[in-house]
Amino acid sequence: MKIKLNIWKQENPKAKGKFVKYELDGVAEEMSFLEMLDSLNEKLIKEHQEPVAFEHDCREGICGSCGLYINGRPHGPGDEIGTCQLHMRAFREGDSITIEPWRAKGFPVIKDLIVDRNAFDKIMAAGGFISIDMGQAADANAILVSKEAADKAFDAAACIGCGACVAACKNSSAMLFVAAKVSQFALLPQGKIEAKRRALNMIAKMDELGFGSCTNTGACEAECPKGISIDYIAMLNREYLCASFSETE
Amino acid sequence: MSKFFTSSIGQKFFMSITGLFLMLFLLVHLTVNSLLLFGDGELFNRAANFMGSNPLMKVIEPVLALGFILHIVYASYITLKNMLARPQKYKVTNNTKVSWASKNMYILGGLILTFLVIHLINFFWKIKFGTITAISYDGGKTELHDVYDLVSGLFKGWWWYDAIYILGAIFLFLHLTHGFWSAFQTIGWDNDKWISRLKTIAYIYAIIVAGGFAFIPIFFLLKYVV
Amino acid sequence: MSKLDSKIPEGPLAEKWSKYKASMKLVSPLNKKKLDIIVVGTGIAGAPAAATLAELGYNVKSFCFQDTARRAHSVAAQGGINAAKNYKSDGDSVYRLFYDMIKGGDFRAREANVYRIAEVSNAIIDQLTAQGVPFAREYGGTLANRTFGGVQVSRTFYAQGQTGQQVLLGGYSALKRQVSLGKVKMYSRRQMLDLVIIDGKARGIITRNLVTGEIERHSAHAVVLATGGYGTIYYLSTLAVNSNGSAAWQAYKKGAFFGNPSFVQIHPTSIPVLNDYQCKLTLMSESLRNDGRIWVPKEKGDKRDPNIIPEDERDYFLERRYPAFGNLVPRDVASRAAKERCDAGFGVGKTGLAVYLDFRDSVKKQGEKAIKGKYGNLFDLYEKITGESPYKTPMMIYPAGHYTMGGLWVDYNLMTTIPGLFAIGEANFSDHGANRLGASSLMQGAGDGYCILPYTITNYLADEIKTKLPSTDTPEFEEAAKTAKERLDKFLSINGKQTATSFHKRLGHIMWNYCGMSRNEEGLKKALQMIDDLQKEFWSDLKIPGKVEELNQELEKASRIADFLELAKLMALDALNRKESCGAHFREESQTEGGEAQRIDSEYSYVAAWEYQGDNKEPKLHKEELKFENVEVKVRSYK
Repeated sequence: MKIKLNIWKQENPKAKGKFVKYELDGVAEEMSFLEMLDSLNEKLIKEHQEPVAFEHDCREGICGSCGLYINGRPHGPGDEIGTCQLHMRAFREGDSITIEPWRAKGFPVIKDLIVDRNAFDKIMAAGGFISIDMGQAADANAILVSKEAADKAFDAAACIGCGACVAACKNSSAMLFVAAKVSQFALLPQGKIEAKRRALNMIAKMDELGFGSCTNTGACEAECPKGISIDYIAMLNREYLCASFSETE
Repeated sequence: MSKFFTSSIGQKFFMSITGLFLMLFLLVHLTVNSLLLFGDGELFNRAANFMGSNPLMKVIEPVLALGFILHIVYASYITLKNMLARPQKYKVTNNTKVSWASKNMYILGGLILTFLVIHLINFFWKIKFGTITAISYDGGKTELHDVYDLVSGLFKGWWWYDAIYILGAIFLFLHLTHGFWSAFQTIGWDNDKWISRLKTIAYIYAIIVAGGFAFIPIFFLLKYVV
Repeated sequence: MSKLDSKIPEGPLAEKWSKYKASMKLVSPLNKKKLDIIVVGTGIAGAPAAATLAELGYNVKSFCFQDTARRAHSVAAQGGINAAKNYKSDGDSVYRLFYDMIKGGDFRAREANVYRIAEVSNAIIDQLTAQGVPFAREYGGTLANRTFGGVQVSRTFYAQGQTGQQVLLGGYSALKRQVSLGKVKMYSRRQMLDLVIIDGKARGIITRNLVTGEIERHSAHAVVLATGGYGTIYYLSTLAVNSNGSAAWQAYKKGAFFGNPSFVQIHPTSIPVLNDYQCKLTLMSESLRNDGRIWVPKEKGDKRDPNIIPEDERDYFLERRYPAFGNLVPRDVASRAAKERCDAGFGVGKTGLAVYLDFRDSVKKQGEKAIKGKYGNLFDLYEKITGESPYKTPMMIYPAGHYTMGGLWVDYNLMTTIPGLFAIGEANFSDHGANRLGASSLMQGAGDGYCILPYTITNYLADEIKTKLPSTDTPEFEEAAKTAKERLDKFLSINGKQTATSFHKRLGHIMWNYCGMSRNEEGLKKALQMIDDLQKEFWSDLKIPGKVEELNQELEKASRIADFLELAKLMALDALNRKESCGAHFREESQTEGGEAQRIDSEYSYVAAWEYQGDNKEPKLHKEELKFENVEVKVRSYK
């Protein structure tokens, strides 16, 4: 099939970007969305044009590299998929597809469709860990964790850090990302010890980096490729409020 | 704790607490107003005058005003900050899975505020500072403001006021469908089971409150005009 | 031969590591602060190594080409991580894990190393659990285990089908903690271009900042490569498309020996190639073989809907050939059997290069709900890609390039033949012999990073406490940076007609056809010639747009492919040299009458370690003889 593409092009972080229109023929239904972009790039290079820069790696929905805003939705049409898992069978002959990078103050554009998600790393460094040095751990079965808690912690831990939650949110809030990590550890006995510090520090960092606040629209949950629920945001709020009210410093 | 007031969750916490407080007020307000529907107005007039003269209400009134002001100020600040979190907007957006109200709470809030101003001018202002006809009950022993007359007069006399009040109730309905459960979510009183329950309760609450308020002008229209 | 000293400590197998640890040299906390270590790669070996070294007090510089450490390709490991915990009381032990790995690797791995990794496996599970990795649990709150191919005990710990992600995030969080404490400096979006050697010791690296294109120099007292495998040499593989072998290759060209480069595991259960546009294949976890039955129609070219093919017209070829292990034979055996059927014309699907993995019987027996509980996410993944539901129609699978057992040769200290250069995880050749068993790559990577390297590198650095951090202005750095820059400029100056990807595709075809699942002398020789031709074409007709001084993804690709073109020749050469079949390396000339792999222990019981001799010169082969003192070397049979 033949499709029309309208893609954001921006040479570097400081440049002023613009939308560029392309037409691509010979798009097969079984192509993945990124394979479609690959073939566009192959064509552009052969025609001595600049290819479109976009981020991708594992191409099986787990590394979290790819993240494109396609026709108004992070990771495009379809639920609980990464951009790499979107296939062209979701589109029809003659469709126009607008592709934009994630837009958020916390995620500045580096080039074309690539954004800098370093802010997530910074939030993680602010407290997304359990302080245990190698060699200090007791036997794994010395810590009993109920299956329910372990499963719930896993569902939160499934976050791939792609940033679709921020991209989807009208406030560019990173609450679902932070909530997933805070909840994962808050649900496990291992993580309880530092739970207060963690919640306070990660939220402080999130605020500092220019992400908005959560107004509970649920857009993040609807677009999360791993289907992480906003229940975890309630849990984060709980953790944060308890930590704030009992903070001694 | 000092950081709490400036943190994103802290600010949302105040939105939530003031919102819950205002929702409680709405219930009380509606309860009193529902007395308009019964009898010839004596019941309502007695209740309204009690509310007006009760010393406790003298304390609650400024608290209520503060609740409104905080809710509005925080909403404005948060909305502005959230807008700044996305300096460059998307060309196309298509988030159909998200309720319209949840995305437009500030706009709805603004519309409700406009309504509120009209509402205050209509009633509160007149009761407090204006002259209102008196009515006597108990064979002249009790003399009260005839608020019932003021209300029924408004709804009988000008149809567009009926329209404004019904419209106001609709905005309130939309605002509450999201605001109610969102308030619980923000204070962390939510989990995978309660989220759907709270959303249902939110709709029930919004229907009762907004429906109740909307019914009053309709009631007077039906009673006197039609 | 002096260079190939494996430095295996004396003493009984079970005591080697503990005795060696006790006798190692130490570095005082004050001195650790003065020592810098570069760790390249942030996967399941690199992130733990960087974090643990920082915990010890060293200054660590951590590099990855991704935008963040959490995206290293270990994230995609699905099935699990092994440990000899024996929580199931099913007779597991360190020795049994060791034995399974030695046998699974077809007796081509070093006993002492394998025993050590089995020994530390338990500590890794403890550490990961303490880090908050949400492993699957039983209702009583204890950890759950599952079975994997090639073994008879239940020793695999897992977190649904995303164990790699969870284990990696454990390491990543430990790394972030050290970043917050200022002990690790992160350098993401960096591609390593060269290794810098000063006075015979590894002292730094040259990188390209992938955002600005700037060539950067970094010095340290030791360099650790945790850069993973080179399976993307096949173009289509289960690896992430940006995974590459360049760091290891640069080290090789600087003098590190390359061990068993031709040992590549072909994973049997990947989603088959569907079309020409594909640039990667998606793996379906080995755990699926617990409940799925593999078959092809008995009649050649039978194109009927699989659901209407009656039972007696189906050939369950693994169950037929290997009654003892059935569908759970090791990966190399399963892959070859599938290839054999397809080559004989029994393959299914559009291309005829696929076999069925059928859950019909399991769904009937256990119910759809139970199957969904075990494999739900994998079935969904399959459906997203192919548009078919495995609950209704059998899955189609075919082998795909997956894991490289080969890698930089290291001694017992995990140090390469270049002093101060260490290689850990998949980047080294050490623990899996000629074939890796499922759920042991996470174990080995994490073991190297958390438990082994921190000791052995300290032993090395104890002699470096007086060495000042080298300046990056030395002639060695100048030279390396200059050469790296020139190479990049050269890619751009060719200005030919063909894209980097098109060369990669062609190289992949050559490697898959002649140096893939089955190899023979004629094919390998042909491949060597073809690679040579392709390489010439590459350097004369490549088209790279843009500049060096900017984000340039085509340039990144070109530089990897240029390295792959060289590495491909070494792989073919190594495959040509090893005239036996062992594990994943199947030489058609060396097979039994039944078509099984035939080892030739008298001639090939060694690690082939290749030494670079210069461009266009045949590399020199060094042999590390393998001694088996604790296991009986047997024919590996799963019949």
